[in-house]
Amino acid sequence: MEPGTRRQGRGSAFWWDEAGEDLVRRRQNRLPPPPHPFQTSLQFDGVTRYDEWFVTSLIVADGRCQGVTAIEIRTGEMHSIGAGSVILCTGGGGRVYPFTTNGNIKTGDGMALAYRAGVPLKDMEFVQYHPTGLRGTGILITEAARGEGGILVNNEGRRYLQDYDLGLPLDIKDPNHPHKRTMELDPRDRLSQAFIKERAAGRTFQDPDGDYVHLDIRHLGERTIDRKIPMVRELAVRYVGIDPVNQPIPVRTVVHYMMGGIDTDINCATSLPGLFAAGECACVSVNGANRLGSNSLTEILVFGARAGVAAVDHAGQVPPPSRQLLEAARRAEQARLEDTLFQRNGSGETVAGIRADLQRSLEEGAGIFRDQQALERTCAIIAELKRRYQSLALADRSQTFNTELIAALELGAMIDVGEAIAHSALARTESRGSHQRTDHPHRDNDRFLKHSLAYRGEGDPRIGYRDVTITRWPPSERVYGNV
Amino acid sequence: MSDQTVLEVHRYLPDEDAEPRFQSYEVTYKEKWVVLDAMNHIKAEIDPTLSFRWSCRMGICGSCGMMVNGEPKLTCETFIRDYHPDTIKVEPLTHFPVVRDLVINMEDFMEKLPSVSPWLIPAEDEPLEDGEHQQTPAQVAQYQRFSMCINCMLCYSACPVYGLDSKFTGPAALALAQRYNLDSRDDGHGHRADAVTAHEGIWESTYVGECTQVCPKGVDPAGAIQMLKLSYALDWAKSLVMPRGGRT
Repeated sequence: MEPGTRRQGRGSAFWWDEAGEDLVRRRQNRLPPPPHPFQTSLQFDGVTRYDEWFVTSLIVADGRCQGVTAIEIRTGEMHSIGAGSVILCTGGGGRVYPFTTNGNIKTGDGMALAYRAGVPLKDMEFVQYHPTGLRGTGILITEAARGEGGILVNNEGRRYLQDYDLGLPLDIKDPNHPHKRTMELDPRDRLSQAFIKERAAGRTFQDPDGDYVHLDIRHLGERTIDRKIPMVRELAVRYVGIDPVNQPIPVRTVVHYMMGGIDTDINCATSLPGLFAAGECACVSVNGANRLGSNSLTEILVFGARAGVAAVDHAGQVPPPSRQLLEAARRAEQARLEDTLFQRNGSGETVAGIRADLQRSLEEGAGIFRDQQALERTCAIIAELKRRYQSLALADRSQTFNTELIAALELGAMIDVGEAIAHSALARTESRGSHQRTDHPHRDNDRFLKHSLAYRGEGDPRIGYRDVTITRWPPSERVYGNV
Repeated sequence: MSDQTVLEVHRYLPDEDAEPRFQSYEVTYKEKWVVLDAMNHIKAEIDPTLSFRWSCRMGICGSCGMMVNGEPKLTCETFIRDYHPDTIKVEPLTHFPVVRDLVINMEDFMEKLPSVSPWLIPAEDEPLEDGEHQQTPAQVAQYQRFSMCINCMLCYSACPVYGLDSKFTGPAALALAQRYNLDSRDDGHGHRADAVTAHEGIWESTYVGECTQVCPKGVDPAGAIQMLKLSYALDWAKSLVMPRGGRT
């Protein structure tokens, strides 16, 4: 077959321990790794990539999305790209927190683009912390480490999870360890909450990079570690210089995933015709209030495909955008940046300064445990940061690969996303899934068995609600441990 | 000054600089820091105009490759303590045009990559309804190490053949050609022949490859190139003996 010929790929399952690990470990004897999606895409001549172009706005006219404006980072040139349909697939926004597994580019840009175009962000208060991020780096140490029998230990050498109604520990030498309901394999939010309580009680290890506990896999032995979880060993050795064969791994809770995102229907369509979203940036509600491991693959594979089908269908029904519209959008966007970030005189505000304050305020108010007072303070700080952002000036005025400009644009998105998280969390006066309010510790199905919807406004966002569609499994009490 | 680290960083802004220059930055020595941490500290606290690429800081995205004291490295996994107390010289990856500061232009690679058809080319069209492809662990092991490439470009920076002639397809792209040639689901060996053997560079590559030594993911492009040489030389020999019977 020649390059450029269309053909259908086959379904497959990821199998390395860094992705979809649960699926993989059970199936790795049968399903091979998938062909690389990027490499695979290269055979289709119909795909034009714009590498290192940064989208700055959605072009909206006649009540529908008709394309995007984007900066070509290498030249600083502003472009507009017309489209019958636009699919946002920008991933999450973990970088709005100080300590995250997410890469530097995960600043919530796509969510902010939709939010600014009037599309609500749904369920933004639900932020998943993973219990085992590598100290200092935030690098994810996979659940598979505990699946194979790894244990979490505090600074007194105690398997502290037993003190949080998560069950009783089986001895690590017991042939039944780790069994299916072992406490170390309880949900990410419960384990993360236990860490915070241990830290409050002074039972975590102190470190300037953040307190930590020990993830101990030494008892598995070198052979099992290398055969089953080689990536865990490689990451620990490479990034903190600790070989888990001989030493416990220093880990702490780390922001990992946003259950919330751009409100879409089951076809990945948003309320703005022509705008679609899929993956972590979207909230199609696969994850509810607390994602289960590997369900992000469903969002990518199932809903990525559905978004594609729906977007093609929509694009076929609308006329192409006019050249005048695209040119006007390009000029307006160029003028916006020139009049703001490039023209201002230094006010003392820096990207790094505002960003650090934003991250700190979200961790303090909208972290693992929340209450009204702390959330109100975070909302007030974010309102102030929005004002400070208006006086941000760039030190770098170059057109060539200006990473300070891109970071400033990303920071604008982070502030919008942070605002939606904090206000949605403040309004939900109950505890559910990853959203734990110490002042409202119980679930309140009468008032809050609902999706929250944050709409951007001139001042604070408006928070609305929508009923949850319940099919087979009605919500019930979460019970863990030896029951 | 053992509690300080000095970084000599390559600066080049084509809008302003006629020639590249070096700028010296002094930061507090941190035993836990990698070079990328120091670069991010400089950008946040000292000089926001310093430009470089990075994202995942865990050796997956492949974007933070730079020359560190003359060697191509992923800066996210290159510890400052391994150089301390020496000055650390940070430069853009060699053999590439420089866009700015530490940012290289890798368009050449992006154009070469599709030339080796780095995707599965099955013998016949197999519809989705036929179900999953299956492979044994042994079949996966055939090509797995060659599939670990993160396109970080360290191997191109280290490759003496590419350094002399940038028309050479180069280590990462050739390793990917072999990755697909070795895949039991693939029948594209003949299809890739022209692209793989088009440049004599493949015959100049040696088994003790600089590319393999610098690869942060253990891909072994040099080994892949030796395998490619052997298999395509065999094809050529077969075509002489059996003009119609050889693999095409």
